[in-house]
Formats: sequence, C-alpha cells, structure tokens
Amino acid sequence: MEFDFSEDQHEIKRTAKDLLAKRSTAERVRSAAESGAYEESLWNELAEHGWPGVAISEEGGGGGLGVLELATLLEESGYALANSPFLASAACGLAIQEAGSDEQKSEWLPKLASGEATGSFGIDTQTFPDVVDSDVIVVVEAGGSRAGLVATADAVVKEFETIDPTRRYGEVGRGEGSDPMPGDASAALSLAAVLTSAELVGVCARVLEMTVEYVKDRKQFGRPVGSFQAVQHRCAQMLLHTEGARSVTYYAAWAADADRSLLEEAAALAKSSASKAGVEVTASAIQAHGGIGFTWEADVHWFYKRAQMDAAYLGGTKTHRAKLTQLAAAASASR
Amino acid sequence: MDLTFSQDELEFRDELREWLAANSPGEEPRGDEDAIFAFRTSWQRSLYDSGWAAVHWPQEYGGRDATLMESAIFFEEMGRAGAPLPANVLGLLLAGPTIMAWGTPEQKDRYLTPILSAEEIWCQGFSEPEAGSDLAAVKTRAVRDGDDWIVTGQKVWTSGAQYSKWCMLVARTDPEASKHKGLSYFLMDMEQEAVQVRPLVQITGEAEFNELFIEEARIPHENMLGEEGNGWIVALTTLMNERSGLGFFLQVRLRQLLDKLVAEAVANGSIDDPVIGQALGDMLERTETLRLTAYRGLSTIMKYGQPGPEGSLTKWLWSETNQMMTQLAVEIVGPQALHKDNPWAYELLRARGNSIEGGTTEILKNIIAERVMGLPRK
Repeated sequence: MEFDFSEDQHEIKRTAKDLLAKRSTAERVRSAAESGAYEESLWNELAEHGWPGVAISEEGGGGGLGVLELATLLEESGYALANSPFLASAACGLAIQEAGSDEQKSEWLPKLASGEATGSFGIDTQTFPDVVDSDVIVVVEAGGSRAGLVATADAVVKEFETIDPTRRYGEVGRGEGSDPMPGDASAALSLAAVLTSAELVGVCARVLEMTVEYVKDRKQFGRPVGSFQAVQHRCAQMLLHTEGARSVTYYAAWAADADRSLLEEAAALAKSSASKAGVEVTASAIQAHGGIGFTWEADVHWFYKRAQMDAAYLGGTKTHRAKLTQLAAAASASR
Repeated sequence: MDLTFSQDELEFRDELREWLAANSPGEEPRGDEDAIFAFRTSWQRSLYDSGWAAVHWPQEYGGRDATLMESAIFFEEMGRAGAPLPANVLGLLLAGPTIMAWGTPEQKDRYLTPILSAEEIWCQGFSEPEAGSDLAAVKTRAVRDGDDWIVTGQKVWTSGAQYSKWCMLVARTDPEASKHKGLSYFLMDMEQEAVQVRPLVQITGEAEFNELFIEEARIPHENMLGEEGNGWIVALTTLMNERSGLGFFLQVRLRQLLDKLVAEAVANGSIDDPVIGQALGDMLERTETLRLTAYRGLSTIMKYGQPGPEGSLTKWLWSETNQMMTQLAVEIVGPQALHKDNPWAYELLRARGNSIEGGTTEILKNIIAERVMGLPRK
C-alpha cells in the first residue's frame, strides 16, 4: 500500500500550483468577482496545458490520465479560487464519458477535452455552475438514476446571482429536448461529487494557510493572537477537518480509477466530509481573522462563499451522511 | 497511489489470519484482573512460540523485521480477530524498542528475550501526581550511592505494575540542572520492599492502573538506560513508540463497535429515524476518516522518514469518535445500555479515559498548533 501520489502526480500538482500562483492571484480573483466576468485568457491557458481533458480517454481526445490526476488539478484550482468553468466542465466531461452513448461521446468529448467547448453538470431543478456560457449540459434526474444531455443552445438557461461572485451559476429549464444518456447516471454523480470535494480540499488548505499566517502576525495584548490557546485550538481543529477531508477525497478519487465497487460509498464519504470541512474551516477562518475577516476588503470571504456553494452543490454533509447510513444498513442487513 | 496491499503484505496478512484461525485465544474473562492477566500471558506465550509476539522487532532480537505497514496489518488483524492485547504490551511496544535504541549490548542481552516471552512484564513509570501532561516536571529523585542509585518518589497511572518485574522509570538525578536536563532513565526492579504498588480504581470499577510509592529503592548504576542526564531524550523514544501500531488495533475495534451499533439500530428500527441516521452517518464518516488518515500517515513515514501533518491527528480523532459513539449507543440501545453488565455501559465509561491517556486532547491540540502549524508559544 502506498497512500501518496506518485512522482508524476506530485509533479502535476506542483506545476498546477505554480501556474495558478502566477495566473490566479488574489487581485485577479477579486477583480473577476467584482466585475462578474472571467478572464478568457486563463481558461485558454489551462486548455493549452491540457487541464480540461486530463481524465478523458485518449480515444476521446483527452490526456487519458485518471480521476486522481484531475482531482489534484481541482484541488489546486480551489486553492487558487481560480475563476474558470473547470469544475463544471470536467464534471460534464466525465459524465458523458461515463454514461453517454457513442454518438454523445464522439460529438462532445473531443471538444470538451480540448477546452474548445465547456460543459456544465447538475441535478435537475438545482444549481448548475458555469452553465450560461457553456456548450453542453448534463442534467441528472433527482434521485440520480437517469441523466440526459442537452446542447446549451437548445436549453432554457437562466443565470442567477448567488452569494459567490467568484463563479457564475444558473438553472436549466425542465425537459428541454434533452437526449437520454444510456449509462450509469449514479456513477457520473459520484464522480462529480469527488471532483467537488477535491476543490473543497483546496479551498480549506488555502484559508488555513491564510489564517495561520494572519494569527502569527496579528498582535493584541502585546503578543501574536496565534499564541493564545483558544486560537491555537481553533487552528488545530481546522487542520483536522482539512486533513480528514483530504484523506477521504484522495481515497474516493483513487477508488474512481482503481476499484469502482468502492466508488459510491467513497464519493458519499468524500462529499460529506469535504462539505463539512469547507463550511467549518472557512467560517473558522473568518472568526480567526476577527473584524477584518468580516470585511469585503479581506479575501477570506471569497473562500467562505465558494465553500458554501460547493458544499451545497450535489448535496451537502447531511445528504451524504444519510447515504452512508443507508449503505451501512444495507451491508449490515446482508451480513 | 495504491490503496491495496502489496503481494508481500497480503502474504503476511494471510499467514497471520491462518494462524489466528487455528490459534484463537477464545473469549477473554471479564472483571477479574488476575484472570485477565493470566489469559493475556498465555496468549502472549502462544504468540511467542509461533514467532508472532513482536513482528516489528528486528530478526536478531526475535522479531520478523516487519515493515511499518505489516506491523499495522498485524494490529488490525488482532483487532479483527477479537484477540486481546498481549500481557506484556508495554514491554513489546515501549521498553523493547527503547532498549534497542539506547541499551548497551549487555542490557539488550539481558532484557529483550524475557520481554518477548512474557517471562518479565514491564510497566511505565513516567507520570506523577504533579507531572502529568508536563512530564519534564517529574520530582522523583535518584541520588548516587556508590554503584547504586537510591530512588524516592511517587508515580501514577502505571498500568500492570502489580504484575511487573521491571519499570521504565524517569527520575531526577540533577536537581540543579534545568528542568529537562536533570532527568535520567532507569530500568527499576519492581521486586523490592521499597516499591509499593497500590491499585487505582477507575470510573469503570476496574483497576487497570496503579500508584507506585517508591521509598529509597535501590537501582544499580548499570540499570541506567542512556547517559546520566539524558533521560528526557530516552523518554521521548518511548513516547514516540507509544502510538505506533496500537492505533490500528484501536481503529479496528472502533469499526467493530460501530458495526455492532449499526446492526443494533437496524434490528430495533431506530435506523429509520433520520436523526439517528444522521448521527450514525457522522460516525461512519469519522471512522473511515480515521482509518484512511492512519494509513496515509503511515505511508508518509515509510516514504519520507518523518510524519506529515496528518500523523498528529489520529489519536485525537479516535478518542473523540469513541466517546461520541458510545454516547450514541445509549440513545440507540436505550437505558438498558447503562445496566451494569451491559457491554455498552463499560465502553461508555472506559471511553472517558481516551481523551486523557497517552496525551490529553488539549495537549495534543497545543502540539499540533505549535509544532505542526508553527504557531508561536507565549
């Protein structure tokens, strides 16, 4: 057993972190959030690096790597809070690869893999990230057993504002001539949950770093606030949430590639844990920053808002905990 | 990343499983400490006779040179088989590795084999009434007298002291030196009048632990482990060994407890109550997080030679989860869970100690904040 990335995977992660540190700085995240528009050039650059198609098969025009590699990129994307349709488009691509017909695959996978087209993914009547400027949408029926595919041009799509201006969200009108997907929609849903969890892990890791830096620096009563145990224990709790979510998210991404029999439970585990971590850790970051943490001027609120949306997307902690219990009860009854 | 066991690891596990199936120790007696100790002694002899007593020890000392992963597998399988810990668990996990790291050739020759065979049981004399979390505050004094040291003081929380031949003792040999520097590490013979053992009855009604009253006990100088004044460093070796391996045993036990609880909730229908379902989901999430984080931590140590940030988190997560889970059991099973002989009643009470023994949760959080995250001390 080796519960760690390979050298290549570490390299992918490092390269992604370096790239986004330059291309998705806090200033750029803020300017995209405040203007409500993404920088086209970032997506083009990610596409040049092969990010959109990393986990799409070579046959489908992608890089032919795994969900694990894709998850490392999403983690870094969350860490940098990058303004791009990467999460939604990657989830859409994996769903088509997983559940699409041959025609659907040959029509959409190469375009999604190259980044020439973008996609969105969501549960019917719920929120669809980055759907407005997308080209194709996978809509999963509530309950998760079936999914359909619709070209965005043929769908009634409405954008709405959420608390999270770092990303654009919308909804998709019902039954707009969607083309049924023959494959396993629940697996597509699990994969999307794993990708979202990876983004949440990155969000947690980043605000935790910001918080540790801040409490080391900020002085009250003549000493750094990070020397007070109450603050220290808060930070320790943030680390426990973050690292716990990281363990289960990597496990779920590994299961997606290596052992599909584990995927359903692992994805529920990851989404349950990462949603909890995302909400708790970003809230704790605001608290540890004190008054400044509650201002628009500080950057922590962007992370809090993204975490809230990611946690709610595809069901949050309670939804996925209920799933874990249901699976455990079924396993118990069959013993 | 590969979260399956390698061929070697699988072979190790299967050999152990086969042996366990053929050599099951049976049901451990309850309540009577002497009977439990006798049971665990005979269990360790049986392990020893088949070469399973200390898989993590080097072959030259009677171990199997097991990797950290194999050692984890060993403890997981022991937990899974419902086997008890061996009688001399502190000797095997703490005293043995510390003697291997710091002992003279004579000390290694003298002490290691009887540890393996359970002929000589060991206890740990670190904590004192005034030195719990603050270990370097030990007051027990050792004064040189010719070839001997004369030791006076009090120790507490020494589990298994009443059965022990030897004690890993930390005492102050230089009261003038600064706190950490005045300590030395001794191997103290428990079989002398000057050492009195008094059982410390805990909230479960059992006496797993003892107080040790030491009144001018004699320890020959040759029984010092490491150099004079080096006791703090030697003690750290012991403490670093405290959690390795054992964590996997506890992690599996936690999972077994949870499986039992889920079965109970299915049987009495409470699992259909969404509130109970949520609470169980939380336990499932925590238990799996614990297992996976423990393996991740182990991989980090094996690959990089030192623990990552995740390594410091598992004991905290385990103790908190065990406490929450036993509390939830009372809710699911109902008041009969609190009847004196109900196993859940014991688990509930025993779990209160989890967040204190082996480092309180508060101290663990301090360590995480200061040493892992680099937050400033006062």
